[in-house]
Amino acid sequence: MSAWAKHQILETNAILLMIGALIVISIGGIVEIVPLFYLKNTIETVDGVRPYTPLELAGRNIYVREGCYNCHSQMVRPLRDEVERYGHYSLAAESMYDRPFQWGSKRTGPDLARVGGKYSDTWHLDHLNDPRSVIPASIMPSYRWLAETELDITYLDEDLMVQKALGVPYTDEMIENAKRDAVIQGTLDPVEADDLLARYPNANIRDFTGTVTASGRLTEADALIAYLQSLGTAIDFNLYDDNANIR
Amino acid sequence: MANPTGVRKSFTHGEIGLAIALSVLALFSLIVAGKAHSSAYSFHAILFAAVSAYFVYKIIDRFHSRPAELPALEIDGKPNYNYGPIKFATIAALFWGIAGFTVGLYAALELAFPLLNFDLPWISFGRIRPLHTSAVIFAFGGNVLVATSFYVVQRTCRARMVGDLAPWFVVIGYNFFIVIAGTGYLLGITQSKEYAEPEWYSDLWLTIVWVVYLIVFMGTILRRKEPHIYVANWFFLGFILTIAVLHLGNNAAIPVSVFSSKSYIVWAGVQDAMVQWWYGHNAVGFFLTAGFLGIMYYFIPKRADRPVYSYRLSIIHFWSLIFLYIWAGPHHLHYTALPDWAQTLGMTFSVMLWMPSWGGMINGIMTLSGAWDKLRTDPVIRMMVVSVAFYGMSTFEGPLMSVKVVNSLSHYTDWTIGHVHSGALGWVAYISFGAIYCLVPWLWNRKGLYSLKLVEWHFWLSSLGIVLYITSMWVAGILQGLMWRAYNSLGFLEYSFVETVEAMHPFYLIRALGGLLFLTGAVLMVYNIWKTIASPEASAVPEARPAMVPAE
Repeated sequence: MSAWAKHQILETNAILLMIGALIVISIGGIVEIVPLFYLKNTIETVDGVRPYTPLELAGRNIYVREGCYNCHSQMVRPLRDEVERYGHYSLAAESMYDRPFQWGSKRTGPDLARVGGKYSDTWHLDHLNDPRSVIPASIMPSYRWLAETELDITYLDEDLMVQKALGVPYTDEMIENAKRDAVIQGTLDPVEADDLLARYPNANIRDFTGTVTASGRLTEADALIAYLQSLGTAIDFNLYDDNANIR
Repeated sequence: MANPTGVRKSFTHGEIGLAIALSVLALFSLIVAGKAHSSAYSFHAILFAAVSAYFVYKIIDRFHSRPAELPALEIDGKPNYNYGPIKFATIAALFWGIAGFTVGLYAALELAFPLLNFDLPWISFGRIRPLHTSAVIFAFGGNVLVATSFYVVQRTCRARMVGDLAPWFVVIGYNFFIVIAGTGYLLGITQSKEYAEPEWYSDLWLTIVWVVYLIVFMGTILRRKEPHIYVANWFFLGFILTIAVLHLGNNAAIPVSVFSSKSYIVWAGVQDAMVQWWYGHNAVGFFLTAGFLGIMYYFIPKRADRPVYSYRLSIIHFWSLIFLYIWAGPHHLHYTALPDWAQTLGMTFSVMLWMPSWGGMINGIMTLSGAWDKLRTDPVIRMMVVSVAFYGMSTFEGPLMSVKVVNSLSHYTDWTIGHVHSGALGWVAYISFGAIYCLVPWLWNRKGLYSLKLVEWHFWLSSLGIVLYITSMWVAGILQGLMWRAYNSLGFLEYSFVETVEAMHPFYLIRALGGLLFLTGAVLMVYNIWKTIASPEASAVPEARPAMVPAE
């Protein structure tokens, strides 16, 4: 019986055809995905990388909600021009707490993986309200509603709880203080700053939009700017040993 | 009501089961709506409740007006095909096609003129771009696939579709998923995973619909009167199965609460990236390729009245395509933090994928052997053959772009957008248009299309549109990629980022013009289809159509 004739077995038996197809489509995915959960360079931990603060996480959720990934990547490739334009190439560890990852696939706007600290808070606020006020040729939409909308922190602790269940090292203390921490981080010179820094080292603590002190309420723009200002700042690349994880 | 058959009318198990399930869903949705964390989610819960309740009413209403016995499987020894759900999906495809193309055009114009965002959240580019991609891929493409697969599986198996309510559940449930997903994006409910934006509850709903789809499709194959399963059905089956696996893997998420639309994906960072593009590239490979190859393997031979060119080639085509495609995902992640070995695997398999792709193209085009004259006389078959040619072109371009050095230039630029559209407009949309042009007269029992002249206009307008679209995006992408890496004589980067954005403006205009032409062609199609359906029915005597040549 030739191979062609043998194929008739599959062509005349729907269940066998289905099982055969299932096996054939499983192989590639298994080979490519499973090792990523145990290979050293995809599960490396690097000093300085920590889970997002509650305010940063809320900001990240706004980034996700608005679909920023449609135009902005968060992945600096190890190519000369990219490293010069954006900074050190991205490490796997830098997105280890990103659910979902936001590496993106298109740069209609610039990469944001290392945008933290590059511009002032005021610049970010102006840019979100009216991008063309700071970059005349920008084609980004205005996001005026972010500074006008109060940030909903009612369920922030639940967000942290789910992330903890998924393996993010949020402690009970962090979950308990989630809502308070969000407010502390967005306030100018809060008395509890040290508590927050103990939980989240190197967090930026300030009135990001300059309106929280007066109004007493956080806006969505505060959260988003807190998130953007944290991007790519976790690791001190003067201390990072890029040979540590060579296979 | 008179009951000539004398059979006592009673509810079927399906009617009782579905009515109870929908009642429970309606009640549960009302509770969720009351306690929802956000008004957007509350709105969705109310939609779920209202639509479920409406269909409970419809099931009871249908029971009162239907005959006691369900439709016969055969009438006078001939299969009594079930066309109702197919008609529904065909009309839905036309509706979503126009909607999706229009939103795409608007998104294109927003990039050329950012003023068009009007500072409104729900039409900002970041929210309507996913609306465009989901509307064209899943709403337009999905409805075409459901319609054609239900048609092809019945005809080639010579059996009535399995299920009484189940096929209706598939088409209506699927379109309800699209409404939930699409309105969700506009309201800011999204996972922000490309081509998998719908949140957890939409994903759960789709899972249920998809399982029923698989059951109806497989059940019909198992009921077949033909010994062999026709090749088109292999591809449809491969598509349905694989999309189920991909959907479950990529959308594994835990909701913050049952009262919240927000969820967190169980994968993180680099693992999530790999899972996402394993899904993302195979949404292309199985949704936009395998499924539409099923259409090619039925509609082209049928319309050309010729057998498939090579049976053996179709076997090789099927197995090598589904095996190789799955590996190609990492080419979306070249030079990222994904390990090099995975990138290299992705690239290697992408290049290998060129071969089955072109094998399939040859099999499709050469099916016209002996009927080449039809290219001149029949614009419908011309559309389908040009679509297969576009398939060949974009499956050559794809492997090229997956090569790492090429990708370092093309990635993140509009070249990718152009590549996607040569496949989406040239291949997917054209084969869909061709299938719809064939299907409508068959389903509604009309002699033929209202106007072939309008099909000609559709063909040439949209061809011109595609050419403008992809050429402008090639130039835009390569230009921007080169500008990003340009250095001046002092060794500094030559251009700031925004200068490269400014350089895109003329190409964004040309692209929008291409999109407008494509949309115009589609509007002509809708008019043509509408007039066809409105025309009188063909004579009751079925025209003598040659039997399908079995794949053997």
